[in-house]
Amino acid sequence: MNIGQHISQQFNEELEDIRNHVMAMGGLVEQQLSDAIIALVECNRELGEQVISNDHRVNGLEVNIDEECSRVLARRQPAAGDLRLIVAVIKTITDLERIGDQAERVGRMAVRLVDAEMKQSHYVELQHIGNHVREMLHSALDAFARMDPVAALNVAREDIKVDNEYESIMRQLMTFMMEDPRTISRVLDVMWAARALERIGDHARNISEYVIYLVKGKDVRHVSLDQMEEEVRSER
Amino acid sequence: MTEATAITHGIDIGALDREPRHLRMQDETICLEVKDLNLYYGDKQALSGINMQIPKQRVSAFIGPSGCGKSTLLRCFNRMNDLVDGVRIDGQIAIDGEDMYAPHVNVAELRRRVGMVFQKPNPFPKSIFENVAYGLRIQGNPGKRELAEVVEKALKGAALWDEVKDRLHDSALGLSGGQQQRLVIARAIAIEPEVLLLDEPASALDPISTLKIEELIYELKDRYTIVIVTHNMQQAARVSDYTAFMYMGELVEFGDTDTLFTNPRKKQTEDYITGRYG
Repeated sequence: MNIGQHISQQFNEELEDIRNHVMAMGGLVEQQLSDAIIALVECNRELGEQVISNDHRVNGLEVNIDEECSRVLARRQPAAGDLRLIVAVIKTITDLERIGDQAERVGRMAVRLVDAEMKQSHYVELQHIGNHVREMLHSALDAFARMDPVAALNVAREDIKVDNEYESIMRQLMTFMMEDPRTISRVLDVMWAARALERIGDHARNISEYVIYLVKGKDVRHVSLDQMEEEVRSER
Repeated sequence: MTEATAITHGIDIGALDREPRHLRMQDETICLEVKDLNLYYGDKQALSGINMQIPKQRVSAFIGPSGCGKSTLLRCFNRMNDLVDGVRIDGQIAIDGEDMYAPHVNVAELRRRVGMVFQKPNPFPKSIFENVAYGLRIQGNPGKRELAEVVEKALKGAALWDEVKDRLHDSALGLSGGQQQRLVIARAIAIEPEVLLLDEPASALDPISTLKIEELIYELKDRYTIVIVTHNMQQAARVSDYTAFMYMGELVEFGDTDTLFTNPRKKQTEDYITGRYG
């Protein structure tokens, strides 16, 4: 798929701008997520607060890009690949904004846990799943930038691993609570953070599904991984 | 069911599942069938190797750059090209399974079954009433009351009745361009054709008149098979069930309009409908 080469140079630029803005928003959300995880794992209050205060920038970008997309729809009546790009962008930025919200949630949790002067153990479990979803998000955005459906498919595969990891963290945390009920309130907080990270994995998977829709024109939401793979490998 | 009704305020959610996502060519009854059609203007080949099946009581749109052969193909469907000097046609076109180029075919009768409307409205310099009645008069000697009924029905069918019912005997040339075009459509449908060929029917009209024509096309498709040639891609997307993209005398892609405009199979189609260099 090629974005450029419209007879209308201005239309080229509009689409290119929208794509660049999505990548910028993606970069910001990635940074937010990475900071939130560090804040949580390293008990860094300042960084946690920074994540919270930065969330409005993510929200602002979503609103702006949405507006750009409506403008292109109204003025250009895009078709085929251009239309799918706009639809994929509108959906992608919704998921990015939600990832931003989950990162903010993790940031808040970090601040709370620091304030409660909790010991540092237990968050380490979250470091692994945190890094995992951060890589997923990175790969999903990379797949979007390069319009690479195969890379997108890999992101969807990773999501299953993240889900499994989340399950095992849950089991582990439950064991802690049973062993020592005094940890319950703190462990519940950790559970919330784990939940937020798991959700981010789901959103990254959604973004990768939009990449497949964008490139292949096939809607692969709510289908099995095998079917998804079939669509990705199929000729258009 | 009762539960779903309560939640959705009476909207039947089940209908969403039942609606087919796209029209499918294999489910359609075929009205016009083109087989290996080649057409030459003198030495120049204008259509090459066209094969297509146009479904009955649907709107099929032909799009493509100027000179791609879409109007030429449209004119094949009521043998208008017979009137052009130096035209040579091989291949087959069948209407309801009958070869329309067979020697015994009565061309006047064929053109009664396959009506045509052109880009520029061409009413006769007669009254509104006589324009619509014209086809019936040349077909036979209809009674006065029958004539009045048919004219009213055709004008209503063409969504023009309310605007002209008080001045049926005024000259048709006093109507606006959009009204004239709908009058011409009324004239075409007065003789109850099966197929309506529309060659750029709205390109000389303002946007509101264009919308009226498009609305009319939508209403007419229950009764007629409609084939429309248009330069306006958005118009094709709005009015048609199926769209054919033609390029340099060849049929590149013909499929349901939803798919063609969101996910065309051929790169050439994609480049054309998104406005890229071919």
